[in-house]
Amino acid sequence: MDAFILQILNGLDKGGAYALIALGLTLVFGTLGVVNFAHGALFMLGAFCAVSMQAFLTLEKVVLDPDNMTAWGTPAEIRTPYIETWLGDFGATLIDYSVPVSILLAIPLMLLIGVVMERGLIRHFYKRPHADQILVTFGLAIVVQEIVKAQFGANPIPQPAPQIFSGSADIGVMLGFAENAIVYPWWRIVYLFFSAAILGSVFAFLKYTTFGMVVRAGMADRETVGLLGIDIDRRFTIVFGLATVVAGVAGVMYTPILSPDYHMGMDFLVLSFVVVVVGGMGSLGGAVAAGFLLGILQSFASMNVVNSLLPGIDQIIIYLIAVVVLLVRPRGLMGRKGVMED
Amino acid sequence: MKWLNIDKSDRMLLVIFVLAVLFAPIIMEPIGGGYPDLLQKFAIFGVFAIGYNILFGLTGYLSFGHAAFLGVGSYTAVWTFKLLTMNVIPAIILATVMGGIFSLAIGYVALRRSGIYFSILTLAFAQMSYNLAYSVLTPITNGETGLQLRQQDARVIDGMFGVERTDALPSTDLFGLAMSGWSGYYFCGVILILMFFISLRIFRSPFGIMLRAIKSNQNRLSYTGVNTRPYTLAAFVISGMYAGLAGGLLAVTDPLAGAERMQWTASGEVVLMTILGGAGTLVGPVVGAGVIKYFENIFSAFNHGILLDAFSFLPEALQQAFATLFGLFVGEGWHLTLGALFMLIVIFLPGGLMEGVNRIKNVIRRRSSSSGPPPTTDVSVKAGE
Repeated sequence: MDAFILQILNGLDKGGAYALIALGLTLVFGTLGVVNFAHGALFMLGAFCAVSMQAFLTLEKVVLDPDNMTAWGTPAEIRTPYIETWLGDFGATLIDYSVPVSILLAIPLMLLIGVVMERGLIRHFYKRPHADQILVTFGLAIVVQEIVKAQFGANPIPQPAPQIFSGSADIGVMLGFAENAIVYPWWRIVYLFFSAAILGSVFAFLKYTTFGMVVRAGMADRETVGLLGIDIDRRFTIVFGLATVVAGVAGVMYTPILSPDYHMGMDFLVLSFVVVVVGGMGSLGGAVAAGFLLGILQSFASMNVVNSLLPGIDQIIIYLIAVVVLLVRPRGLMGRKGVMED
Repeated sequence: MKWLNIDKSDRMLLVIFVLAVLFAPIIMEPIGGGYPDLLQKFAIFGVFAIGYNILFGLTGYLSFGHAAFLGVGSYTAVWTFKLLTMNVIPAIILATVMGGIFSLAIGYVALRRSGIYFSILTLAFAQMSYNLAYSVLTPITNGETGLQLRQQDARVIDGMFGVERTDALPSTDLFGLAMSGWSGYYFCGVILILMFFISLRIFRSPFGIMLRAIKSNQNRLSYTGVNTRPYTLAAFVISGMYAGLAGGLLAVTDPLAGAERMQWTASGEVVLMTILGGAGTLVGPVVGAGVIKYFENIFSAFNHGILLDAFSFLPEALQQAFATLFGLFVGEGWHLTLGALFMLIVIFLPGGLMEGVNRIKNVIRRRSSSSGPPPTTDVSVKAGE
C-alpha cells in the first residue's frame, strides 16, 4: 500500500509537468490550429530563465585576503555576491530563492517571446498544411536549442531548491503509516501544488472571464466569432503568449527536479505530444487528465516488480498506451468530434 | 520504339543521373567533395531520401519514424556479417527484408490514422524502438556501445567456403572485392542508380498516380469506392525497405550499428533532406541528401582558426567579431545552420530546391519570350513538353 502511494506521488510531479506542457500545446491547437513542435523548446527556455537568474544573482565580487594564505602561498579569495553587499541578508535570501524568483523574470520574458513568435512566424502558417507547421516549428526548436547550447554549454546545470524545501517530507507518518515508509522531497510537493494552481487558474481564466469566453467561442467556431466583429486573431495571439508563459514557468519550477540542459525540451515535447493525443486533440481537460495519468503509469512501470515481469516496460509504456488509445478510441480519451479530424 | 517503356524526357533524366553518379568523384573534386567517404554518404542517404519521398512526396503522409527502419537495417546487416558471411549481398538483402517486415508491422497500425495522428504514431513507434534498443534489447543491439564485429564471430558461410581467419578484424567484401574506398562508393552508387530507377517507375506507374490521388484528396477516393489503405501501406512498406537498405549500406561501409541512428532527430533529418530537395519530385531528395551531407561535412570541419583565416582581409577588430559570429554556425554549431536552413526552406521555398530551379527557369523563359516569340502560358508549356 505504501509503495503504491509512493508511486502515485512520484508520478504526480512528472505528470504535472506533462500536463502543463500539454495544456499549452492543446490551447495552441484548439485556438490557432497550429501544431507547435517548438513548445518543448519554450519549456526549456523557461528552465534557462532560472539558470540565468541564478547566474545573475550570484555574480560575485572577488577580494584577495592578504592575511589568509592558501596552501599554494597565494592569498585566499573572498567571494561575496554583489547582491549580498547591496541588500545584506535580503540578498542572501534572494539567492536562496533564486528558482521561484526567476518566475518574475520568466513571465514577462516568455510572454514577449510568445507574442513575437506568433506575430512573426506562426501567423503566416495558419493556412499552410500541418506538415509545414510541424516542420517550421521543428526547425525553430533546433535553432533555439542550439543557441542555448552555444550560450550555456551542453552539460546540465543543477539548480538548488530553496533551503527550506530541500529536504524530504515523511508523508507516511502524516497518513498513519510507519516512519520512513513514504519519503517524498518537499520540492516535488511544491511543484505538484504549483502545477495544480497554474492549471486551475488557466481553467478559471477561460471559464469565468469574458476574454476566456470569447476564446472558447473562437475555439468552437472561429469564423462566426469573427463575423460578430471580434478581433479574434489578436486574442489568439494573447492565448499563444499565455501558452508560452505556462510552458515557461513549468520549466522554471522544474529545474530543481531535473537539471536543465539544452535538449530537455525535445525530450519533454515528444512525451507531451503523446499526452495530447491520448487526452484528445483540442480537449483541455483531456490533456491535463492524460498528463497525470501517463505520469503515474510511467512511475508504476518503473517499479522493480513490474519491470522484472515485463522487462523494458518502463521505457515504452507511454508510447504503448498512446498506440492502444489511438486504435481503440481514435479521438483520444476526451476528444470531441470535428476537432483536428483531418 | 520505347526503351524499357520509359518516355524520352525520363530517359534523359536517367542518363544524366547515371552519368552524375559515375563521375561524381570528378564533378565533386573542385568543391572539395571528391573523396569516397563523403560520396558514399551521398549515395546512402540518397537511397534513404528517395524511399522516404515515395511515402511523403507521393501520399503526403509525414512519418517521423523512418530512422527506426534505418536502424533495423543496420543491425540486421551487422548481424549477418557476424553470423553468416562478410559478403555484402546477403547483408543488404536481409536488411531490406527486415526493414520491410518492421514497416509492415508499424505501418499496419499507424496507417489507421492520417494527418498529425499518423505523424505522432510513427514517432511513438520510433521512440519505442529506440528506447528498447538502448535498454532491454541490449543482448541484440549491444546498447550504448553499439553492435560491432568481433574476430571470434561465427560467420558460418565464410567458414564453409574456407575463408581463413586472420588476427585482424575482417572487412566487408563483394566476392573478394573489399568494400572500402572507391569500390565501396561505386557499390553504393550502383544501388542508388537502381533505386532511383525503381522510384522512377513507381512515379510513372498507375500505382504512383493512385498515391498522388491519395495526397490530393483521400476523401474523394474513398467516395468513389477505392480502398486507399492497401496503397498507403504498400508505399509505407516500400519506403521502409528503402530505409532498411540504406541502413544496410551504412553497415557495409562501416560495420557497426548504434541506437542513435534510430532517434527521432535522425528521422527529422531525412524529412529535411526530402523537403530541401523538393518533396514529390524525382531528383529532389537525392539533391537534398547531397546538399545536407556536403554542408555537414564542410561546416562541421570549420573552427575558429579557419574562420580567422577566412576573414583575414578585414581589420582586426572586425575579423574577431565576424569569426565569432560565424563560429556559432559552423563546427559544433552546425545544427544551428541546419535548423535555420530548415525554417528558411519551409517558409520561403516549400517546394524545395527543385521549385527554386523551376522558378528561375520560368523567369528566364519569360525574359527570353518577351523579346522573341509570343508569351506562352504555363499550361501550354506543359502540354508542349
